[in-house]
Amino acid sequence: MARVELMDYEQALELFEPVIGLEVHVELNTETKMFSPAPNPANEKYHGAAPNTLVSPVCLGLPGSLPVVNGEAVEKSISLGLALGCSIAESSRFARKNYFYPDLAKNYQISQYDEPIAFDGEVEVELADGRTFQVPIERAHMEEDAGKLTHVGGATGRIQGAEYSLVDYNRAGVPLVEIVTRPIFGAEGDAPELAKAYVSTIRDMAISLGISEARMERGNLRCDANVSLRPRGAEQLGTRTETKNVNSFRSIERAVRYEIQRQAAILAKGGAITQETRHWHEDTGTTSPGRPKSDADDYRYFPEPDLVPVVPSRERVAELRAALPEPPPARRRRLKAEWGFTDLEFQGVVNGGLLNEVAATIAAGASPAAARKWWTGELTRLANASETDAASLASPEHVAELAALVEAGTLTDRLARQVLEGVVAGEGSPQQIVDARGLAVVSDDGALIAAIDAALAAQPDVLAKIRDGKVQAAGAVIGAVMKAMQGKADAARVRELVLERAAAAE
Amino acid sequence: MSHSDDLIRLSAAELAGRLGRGEVSSVEATQAHLDRIAAVDGAVHAFLHVNAEGALRAAAEVDRARAAGESLGELAGVPIAIKDVLVTEGMPSTSGSKILEGWIPPYDATPVRKVREAGLVPLGKTNMDEFAMGSSTEHSAYGPTHNPWDLDRIPGGSGGGSAASVAAFEAPLALGSDTGGSIRQPAHVTGTVGVKPTYGAVSRYGSIALASSLDQIGPVTRTVLDAALLQDVIAGHDPHDSTSIAEPWPSMAEAVRRADVQGLRIGVVKELDTDGFQTGVRQRFHESLELLERNGAEIVEVEAPNFEHAIAAYYLILPAEASSNLAKFDSVRFGLRVTPQGGGTVEQVMAASREAGFGPEVKRRIILGTYALSAGYYDAYYGSAQKVRTLVQRDFDQAFAKVDVLATPTAPTTAFKLGEKLDDPLAMYLNDIATIPANLAGVPGISLPAGLAPEDGLPVGIQFLAPARQDARLYNVGGALERLLEAEWGGPLLAKAPDLSTHELTATEEGAL
Repeated sequence: MARVELMDYEQALELFEPVIGLEVHVELNTETKMFSPAPNPANEKYHGAAPNTLVSPVCLGLPGSLPVVNGEAVEKSISLGLALGCSIAESSRFARKNYFYPDLAKNYQISQYDEPIAFDGEVEVELADGRTFQVPIERAHMEEDAGKLTHVGGATGRIQGAEYSLVDYNRAGVPLVEIVTRPIFGAEGDAPELAKAYVSTIRDMAISLGISEARMERGNLRCDANVSLRPRGAEQLGTRTETKNVNSFRSIERAVRYEIQRQAAILAKGGAITQETRHWHEDTGTTSPGRPKSDADDYRYFPEPDLVPVVPSRERVAELRAALPEPPPARRRRLKAEWGFTDLEFQGVVNGGLLNEVAATIAAGASPAAARKWWTGELTRLANASETDAASLASPEHVAELAALVEAGTLTDRLARQVLEGVVAGEGSPQQIVDARGLAVVSDDGALIAAIDAALAAQPDVLAKIRDGKVQAAGAVIGAVMKAMQGKADAARVRELVLERAAAAE
Repeated sequence: MSHSDDLIRLSAAELAGRLGRGEVSSVEATQAHLDRIAAVDGAVHAFLHVNAEGALRAAAEVDRARAAGESLGELAGVPIAIKDVLVTEGMPSTSGSKILEGWIPPYDATPVRKVREAGLVPLGKTNMDEFAMGSSTEHSAYGPTHNPWDLDRIPGGSGGGSAASVAAFEAPLALGSDTGGSIRQPAHVTGTVGVKPTYGAVSRYGSIALASSLDQIGPVTRTVLDAALLQDVIAGHDPHDSTSIAEPWPSMAEAVRRADVQGLRIGVVKELDTDGFQTGVRQRFHESLELLERNGAEIVEVEAPNFEHAIAAYYLILPAEASSNLAKFDSVRFGLRVTPQGGGTVEQVMAASREAGFGPEVKRRIILGTYALSAGYYDAYYGSAQKVRTLVQRDFDQAFAKVDVLATPTAPTTAFKLGEKLDDPLAMYLNDIATIPANLAGVPGISLPAGLAPEDGLPVGIQFLAPARQDARLYNVGGALERLLEAEWGGPLLAKAPDLSTHELTATEEGAL
């Protein structure tokens, strides 16, 4: 293969505007498949089943078999469509996409063509620095997955050079929703990050809706990235490539960046981009050409005559809409305003992945400031030290209880940190730890005064300095008192009493 | 007449009556039909597979259940032949094609399951044009079926095997499939009764699809009552077929038993009453109408101006759907596999298997359909055909606003000679000119015997069509006309057919077994 030339990323952006388009396939976690009663391997319950054990005459494409639409898949598709801000079609139709391939049992895929279930949406996507983009959604349509080929023999594990191939039809007929964006303009140098953040947003959405296991490593979520470049100032879009097999968030970002650099190098030399499918190679961080798109463009779509149109009732769509969880960006905006955080404070919570923990801690009674302080401060420090997530160290209820003890004066910050260590060590609730370790602040002035008088008596030179007005000398006495009280005293109160007793002493 | 000869000449309803009264056992009735098949099917070749052992076992089970006093369906114990387009667990199912030779499906088609559950006894699988593409069974990969009226003539198609099995008294009942006339046209040329129910009345689950939006399973019998009894068994909603109708059906048998044409308005389709039809075919058609008129029916002429485009539209829609439906025959999971010399890629194996497994008519229609669906041609061909389909439906709507049922001759001619039209696909396609409109519109149709054409002495059928879901109207008019005609003839038309068991059986066609 000829060596691929890449242009420096910054230089590429100076010369060209990147335009991206994303196709995301979401495997639904329904009980049965899209058109057959066979169990669905994209449901956690059936994951990992032996090859060709989750099949029926329908997913094997046996002569005489007929598809029947899975109502659960339709409802989950509608929920996803609504979450994407789409309109839901009053009547939606399936179509056959005809092409021969041995993983496609019928040699046509039942998909949707001109009448998708959901269309015209918009998704708000947030970048790491807090800026947001509106990604326009063209459509979300229902279809069935193909089976899985394993190529045996040959060096590459690909079909070329293989001795023979095995087919597993377990995946054949798994319900998919394909979400297609419109071309995304204006992301500029952030296009790779936006692509990643978009897929991440779809994943969050699928999880909060409960419609998919949404695990990229299992192929529950798959992304094809379309990239094209146009010279600065040009109106017409450039020729695009479609990069497939991008199976992690990190590789989405890398693949888009790679294609921008690769295409820029070709275009800058006066070359032309071939419209084609390209494969992403995780190991080398490169893409290589697949089949040219024009070869297989004619899928001879026509309405699926074995199925009647899907006509969702408006009442049911309204119910599904009412049941939608709040979209993540809107929730973030609402919480930031409610809590009165600065941009910097809020970003600290979000980037630490602690939004849900802080929210739950506040819901359990803590002040926003205290909740933020404990999670992004001491708990994050402990988490970093033990290379784990802060969220896994303590429950929001315990953090709220701790904050309440500090608020009531029962604990000083220093004592509270000790209590928190006990919570993390699994010793119980903060109150239980305070009781067990006897860590509460001593608020009995009598006990303090006795300790102070003893300390002053032991250090007459210090007493003399204090009485001469050298107030800072009091520190030595305060330190001695705190030591005598084993730290369980409020230092400010001790200081007040030290000055009082020094003045009174004769 | 011997006892077993008597048994095979009974209608299904009569046989069911004797079975119910314990006058005969299902094993005896089944054996009588198996004997008849053994005697005549070498000449007729209605069957691709005879399941003697399975049939006798099923018959014995019905006899046991009856003796035990279990509640049984009205047709329990009656033998039935099954068109090979329907998949049958434990019996080969080829749809008349080499590409499925020897394939034994792991499941029963819903209509097959229903007839088994009703206690009917499947005798075997009947011959057909490959994948139901044809009007003569000459396109069967396993050789043609011969018309019991004249063994040198075609039995119609695609369901010539089912029609011939019933006409030759090898079975009292058969299941057929009708995409453009494959039940009704064979009935016309064999002097039998064939019904294409409303689209969606009978589940298509397990029917090897030709054209999904046109295919319909239906009864093939010797009497209108038998067809009604069989439709009552196989009709009804099936959760495995989204296009099957959810609402329940009235009893068709009841419609036959109460048949009365007093005040019935019958529309004669002007466009299908022309000199394009054989003289004797038209003559018997009009005599039947006059007979109905004398008995109280009102005969009205109606127009269906778009019917003339129906064949053109049909031969775009059917190949388009078929080209996609037949894509699954690729040798990967079932059926014939041909590996090119020295091995080959999966693509080459698929191509070689399809090249060897499909006959010429199937290839012709796959190519036609693939072309009609191609980008740039879709609107001109498939799209336009769908518009014509809508216009044909509109013609029916307007006609049924004026009349209760429509009447036409079932097909333009009586049975032609084997080989006569084999090299002329367009002439072959014209056989279905009167039957295709019903499939395009999804409305039900019946063909029943109207007599013999004076010029050649061969059977002629008359077709009635009704609005969708009004299948009972067909059974009403069909039952009434059958009674009137048989009264004139002094018995059923098939009584005039050659007695194959006593005549020397001859078949001049090379395909005969």
